Amino acid sequence: MTELETFTTSPMPGDAGRRLPETTIVELHELAGRYPLARSALLPMLHLVQSVEGYVTPTGIETCAEILKLTAAEVSAVATFYTMYKRRPVGSYHVGVCTNTLCAVMGGDLIFERLKAHLDVGNDETTGDGAVTLEHIECNAACDYAPVVMVNWEFFDNQTPDSARQLVDDLRAGHEVQATRGARVVSWRDAERVLAGFPDDRADEGPAAGPATLVGLRLARERGWRAPEPGSGDPPATDGHPVEAAQRADTSRAESEAEVEHSAADTAPAAKPSSEGAPEADTDRKGS
Amino acid sequence: MVDTLTPVLSDNWDTDRAWTLAAYEKAGGYSALRTALDSEQDDVIQLVKDSGLRGRGGAGFPTGMKWGFIPQGDDKPHYLVVNADESEPGTCKDTPLMLASPHTLVEGVIISAYAIRASHAFIYVRGEILHVVRRLQRAVQEAYLAGHLGKDIHGSGYGLEIVVHAGAGAYICGEETAMLDSLEGRRGQPRLRPPFPAVAGLYSCPTVINNVESIASVPCIVSNGAEWFNGMGTEKSKGMTLYSLSGHVTRPGQYEAPLGITLRELLDLAGGVRAGHELKFWTPGGSSTPILTAEHLDVPLDYEAVGSAGSMLGTKALQIFDETTCVVRAVLRWTEFYKHESCGKCTPCREGTWWLVQTLERLEHGEGNEGDLEVLVDLCDNILGRSFCALGDGATSPITSSIQYFRDEYIAHLAQGGCPFDPAAAMLFSTDEPVLATAGATGYTAGGVV
Repeated sequence: MTELETFTTSPMPGDAGRRLPETTIVELHELAGRYPLARSALLPMLHLVQSVEGYVTPTGIETCAEILKLTAAEVSAVATFYTMYKRRPVGSYHVGVCTNTLCAVMGGDLIFERLKAHLDVGNDETTGDGAVTLEHIECNAACDYAPVVMVNWEFFDNQTPDSARQLVDDLRAGHEVQATRGARVVSWRDAERVLAGFPDDRADEGPAAGPATLVGLRLARERGWRAPEPGSGDPPATDGHPVEAAQRADTSRAESEAEVEHSAADTAPAAKPSSEGAPEADTDRKGS
Repeated sequence: MVDTLTPVLSDNWDTDRAWTLAAYEKAGGYSALRTALDSEQDDVIQLVKDSGLRGRGGAGFPTGMKWGFIPQGDDKPHYLVVNADESEPGTCKDTPLMLASPHTLVEGVIISAYAIRASHAFIYVRGEILHVVRRLQRAVQEAYLAGHLGKDIHGSGYGLEIVVHAGAGAYICGEETAMLDSLEGRRGQPRLRPPFPAVAGLYSCPTVINNVESIASVPCIVSNGAEWFNGMGTEKSKGMTLYSLSGHVTRPGQYEAPLGITLRELLDLAGGVRAGHELKFWTPGGSSTPILTAEHLDVPLDYEAVGSAGSMLGTKALQIFDETTCVVRAVLRWTEFYKHESCGKCTPCREGTWWLVQTLERLEHGEGNEGDLEVLVDLCDNILGRSFCALGDGATSPITSSIQYFRDEYIAHLAQGGCPFDPAAAMLFSTDEPVLATAGATGYTAGGVV
């Protein structure tokens, strides 16, 4: 299957007339019904298509389009925008190695190189046995556990080339693999089903937190540090009314709602801008 | 005197099965919800305004004021959207919060939605954190069964539906208007403003978009009061917050402290930069905040002081790099990220990030010339402030700040005809011999404080 075939807007020869299983179509309708406007369900619906089809197939696109009364081109436009939607069949295990700056520097680059050699695949390629698809991924919000590897979007913390090689060997051998902070690894398709909004009852697996998550809390417990008691009388550190302080912080654009979007920069003293012209509040953005 | 660390959001993370409703309620969870439901909506908004809580997603906009922009008495539905799309490089605070205590977020969502008179709320969580999605799904399900969600919550007459919505891999969807487009089932591209989301957001209806940590901070404010909250922090940066240390640090992880703690203090708590090394550069709040150096160790990490130092507090994602790290390599990789994540809507960002990568690649490989530095600065000047949204602006931060502080290191690449650094020296494991699976940051003993 080539990329060209995958995202065409009409079914390919051989695909014509093929329908998704009736249960899937019922579930796609169910997803559409969970939102005030049905189109909001498109991302979950595409996750569900992947869980059934193994990637976003032309049939899947046609089906979503039909249910949401969109054109196949409109659905394709969305499907091609997001990196989690795949144009080719994905292996049973999607192995993502973080190579964003922090993980890369801490060793992620080497882990990725070693895995490519060990599995004899390139980026975004699948092993011959169909078990593992290897991909380098962007920051996965686990930087305090760097270098990080994700398997079907479960955390594998503090990896090394050797631990990562062992991990993929175990996956290929069909051994049960337990995420560092997560559940026993399910198949990529099963993971996609959860992301679509159909829970798999594994929420209780794994710990509440890993050691790095708890490092500050444990230190506070050791040293007897805690937040003030309510009403303990520590006076507010402000020299003015807090609301006034907040408003002062944003007066430069208080007359418009602009600050709904851009606020951080507003709070930087105007007299001392960064010599580089620090970008404004990137952050609602990544906020995270 | 307030203690150095003040665990509030993280206080229950070490309890048995902390993610369950039973554990959360045992620790006093959902009592704030009942308090809020007994109050007028406007009083809850006023309380949050009085607390001084500012957005923890990085922009630092006063949360209560944002809520106050929602028109009242209109006939339109209102929506609350929680930005749980944590993807800013270096940022790793919301993910552990939701994994350990999803009910803190859910309770905050119910109170916040009540305050802005929304009957629908969405938690837009990035799709790449499967177990967090599971824990959120379970928490919402438990909350429905306990009567904390649904129609007529605890007989108050107020009703709320929460949908946990998994994204599909796009950094740009953390930008709030791109998030709205994505949540409407479209490509995640930012919208032209005005109109602002408070007036015309999701489905063109009044919408508040708040970061996970902001919303999770609401229950403790309702329980303990505005004065309690603003008794922590600095003059204009109130309360406690999660600082995330990562990289070349002895004990990376989450440290919850009052706003205004310094990196020197945090590194002291974290055992210092890894043994035998010294601090070279760091980000105060993710890769979109200009890098800082050892000369900024004593800058109070609040919104104002970090701004005065030429950067931004951002997400308080403190990525620590020691002297083994090539700053050009680091900046190139971040820039490749922005290029990959640029949504393509506006020309300065779409085209500019491609040119930035090409120019930086030349420099990293020692193939450029000194004029390339001026090209970079010029490119950044043409992107910053001219992009459709803050992604393009953020892409320039690491470049301009690294040239400001490390121009000589760029030149050294040219002089040597390549990168003068050994990447192996920066890694957290040795490559010459077998390394245990558990190695990494935890394999190091405490080092000295820088």
